[in-house]
Amino acid sequence: MKTMIKAEHVTIGYKIGDFKDIGLKEWVMRHLKRQYHVESFLAVRDVSFELMEGDMLGIIGANGAGKSTLLKAVIGVMEPREGHIERGGNISALLELASGFDGDLTVKENAYLRGAMLGYTRDFMDRTYDQILDFSELWDFADRPFKQLSTGMQSRLAFSIASLVQPEILILDEVLSVGDGAFQEKSAAKMREIISGGAATVLVSHSLSQIRELCNKVLWLHKGAQVAFGETQPLCDQYEAFLAGKLSIEEAGRA
Amino acid sequence: MLKKLKQHQFLFSELVKRDFARKYKRTILGMAWSILAPLMNLIIMWLVFSNFFGNNVNHYVVYLFAGQLVFSYFTDATNLGMNSLVGNAGIFTKVNVPKYLFLFSQNVSSLINFGLTLLIFFTFVAIDGIPFTWLFLLLIYPTVCLVVFNLGIGLVLSALFVFFRDMQYLWGILTQLIMWMSAIFYTIDSYNPMVQNLFLLNPIYLYIRYFRKIVIDGVIPTPQFHLLAAAYALIAFGVGAWMYKKYNHEFLYYV
Repeated sequence: MKTMIKAEHVTIGYKIGDFKDIGLKEWVMRHLKRQYHVESFLAVRDVSFELMEGDMLGIIGANGAGKSTLLKAVIGVMEPREGHIERGGNISALLELASGFDGDLTVKENAYLRGAMLGYTRDFMDRTYDQILDFSELWDFADRPFKQLSTGMQSRLAFSIASLVQPEILILDEVLSVGDGAFQEKSAAKMREIISGGAATVLVSHSLSQIRELCNKVLWLHKGAQVAFGETQPLCDQYEAFLAGKLSIEEAGRA
Repeated sequence: MLKKLKQHQFLFSELVKRDFARKYKRTILGMAWSILAPLMNLIIMWLVFSNFFGNNVNHYVVYLFAGQLVFSYFTDATNLGMNSLVGNAGIFTKVNVPKYLFLFSQNVSSLINFGLTLLIFFTFVAIDGIPFTWLFLLLIYPTVCLVVFNLGIGLVLSALFVFFRDMQYLWGILTQLIMWMSAIFYTIDSYNPMVQNLFLLNPIYLYIRYFRKIVIDGVIPTPQFHLLAAAYALIAFGVGAWMYKKYNHEFLYYV
């Protein structure tokens, strides 16, 4: 079995403080008055996990647990401050659905642009484009500007591109809850197909039933720290107990 | 870097397409406008200044046009380029792509504008009765220098713009200053040689002068002049590349 993602003692920091959206004048003034405060905030601390071919990892945890930050490090947008992450294949990521699409471009142009961002060639997109439109059921809109699509259609397109380009690693951030019931059904089936094809998938979701159904491993984060990494069902049971107030974080870590 | 560029060729061409669609809104008139604007500028300058300088300067229209040609490419490329990181924040915070691609693709449309303006410039040269010689081929040299210089300044500005959102205004003032110091519509002959040499500290003036020397005077600039032209381009590009490398993972915190 091939290791697809290996994260070892990963710590990721953000810079926070009042440095955003300020101009040069403001920056100089604050330095002169010694009012320029920038702090480092560790969004993820000492997290380790390993994913093999065909694994599907669910990441659970309350808001602000560091789930999205961890994903950003996995896809290489952020650099861990400590520890390191190894990747065993090409990555197709879906973070925050419609991001990176351009409202003025047509659906077709956006599909190609997205494919290019994911690192595919023009030939490959020529071959895959029809399938993408089939799957997203957007043939009627192929030459319309992207902004004319409804939000549901936009996320359908995003999901179709990310999953049809045959990724070796697929990253999904809260995206399986998109589209109508029929499309959700279809996308869940597609996910199972990708996983059985040997890809490794990471899913962030607040829906525990979804995680129980799809994932075989779970990583539980709490305020940036790793609570547990292991089998899905027992961890989901613990997480539910924790959410209901029957279990404290310390107990969960030990169990 | 070149190897990476090749690897991202498809993405690069898709980005160029997107920038074109955005800039010209898919209209021929949009494209014509971006050439018309500097031409109108040229005509106004010619109307205003030909009385003052027209008698002392050979081929004043061509003299003026050479200045306008270089300067408008410079402002067009740097002003558009400045936004290339901030404007694409939605992409590079979600997908791991080389960030300089955004600036490079943005510069393609400016370069094409420059090419079209250059054709009109040559038309003016012909109308003004200046014979075309093999010397004109040497214009490739300052053009390449100018492209690299503009890319370098674009890298620096786009990086600075992420940190300081008032760069646009500051750069507006700076380009005004550079405009006045580039001897676009006047000559520097009446200054003493000491001051004349000071003008060579301005890269834009240097590139304009190269064009004028070849086209109007029909002489090849000295080897030192060539070295200086290349040095400006390489220094600007070097500083820009260094900033991108140094802050590659920092940009994310500021957008």
